[in-house]
Amino acid sequence: MQNIMSAASEWLLPLIVGSILLFGFVKRVPIYNTFVDGAKGGFATSIKLIPHLVAMVVAVAVFDASGAMSILVKLLTPLLQWLHIPPEVAPMALLRPISGQGSLAFMVNIFGNSKQGPDSWLGMLASTMQASSDTTLYILTVYFGSVGIRKFRYAMGVGLLSDFVSVLASVFAVSLLSGMIHV
Amino acid sequence: MIDFIWLVLFLVGIVTAMFTGNMSKVADAIIHGSERGVTLSIGLISVIALWLGLMNIAERAGAIAWLSKLLRPVARFLFPSVPADHPAMGAILANMSANLLGIGNAATPLGLKAMHELQTLNPDKDTASDAMCTLLAINTASITLIPTTVIAIRMQYHSQHPTAVVSTTLVASAIGTAFAIVLDRVFRRFSRRRRAA
Repeated sequence: MQNIMSAASEWLLPLIVGSILLFGFVKRVPIYNTFVDGAKGGFATSIKLIPHLVAMVVAVAVFDASGAMSILVKLLTPLLQWLHIPPEVAPMALLRPISGQGSLAFMVNIFGNSKQGPDSWLGMLASTMQASSDTTLYILTVYFGSVGIRKFRYAMGVGLLSDFVSVLASVFAVSLLSGMIHV
Repeated sequence: MIDFIWLVLFLVGIVTAMFTGNMSKVADAIIHGSERGVTLSIGLISVIALWLGLMNIAERAGAIAWLSKLLRPVARFLFPSVPADHPAMGAILANMSANLLGIGNAATPLGLKAMHELQTLNPDKDTASDAMCTLLAINTASITLIPTTVIAIRMQYHSQHPTAVVSTTLVASAIGTAFAIVLDRVFRRFSRRRRAA
């Protein structure tokens, strides 16, 4: 089963690309020119994102570099413990909606810890948290920024609340399945 | 809302630095943070161009139309304000299936396309419509089948079971997505009532 799953994750991307190309060819679509035509839009879309990403990345970098992030984590630790969220993953949970790379760095940190490692309970929890949610603030910024939406209404509240639920659900899922998959 | 969060991140950061003596790090973060924002955007060109190109082929070949038929009932329930034959519906469906497959890189350009189409239906151009909020709720929570990046990193750290995370992720992200959809509905109703008043 393990082999099938890891093969699936490696094969998935090439298989998707291959079947799109083959499907287009069979349907007599001029695949090369159609690809180039569509890909052109990638440049304009990315360039439009620059001001939005510069604004958000700088703000998060300032918040983190000042030490405010680690103070926030310390303040929230008792609450997180009460919710059965280990303090070791607290900074990761807080950073997850703000920065995908930031929370990934915390996950790698847990993997690299000789006492823990990726197969430990904590390692599984960090993996699941990273995989089951997304960088909410980034998505909000990018998606709304690309069409010029300035008033987000309730979208940020829904996004952040469901991130919180995802963290709790990760703790639940790892607790539930850790017995079955022998971590 | 975004003005407030943006300001708080900066002000709290700068004030904290006064007490922690990290002012030089903050100065550094201001300069290099903007640089990282630009690098990140430029780095996205490759991924977005690749998937926009591939999706252009899929779309012309009729794959999106086929997929739309399959997922239409779900999307109709989630996006009652989008006409079934509008291009936004096709983009939403493609975005949903990319998220489902865990090809996150493909989901973003498709989501951006959906957002662009939804904006044509939006009467108030700087305020998010109901459908836009739902699209974001689905994208930020996103059910994931195969978390490629996490599995790759687990392998690098000599995990005995790198793909063990597939099952836990499926359970956790399914719960997260279900909550996101419910929360979206609840908030939508609340926001309508407030607007009507």
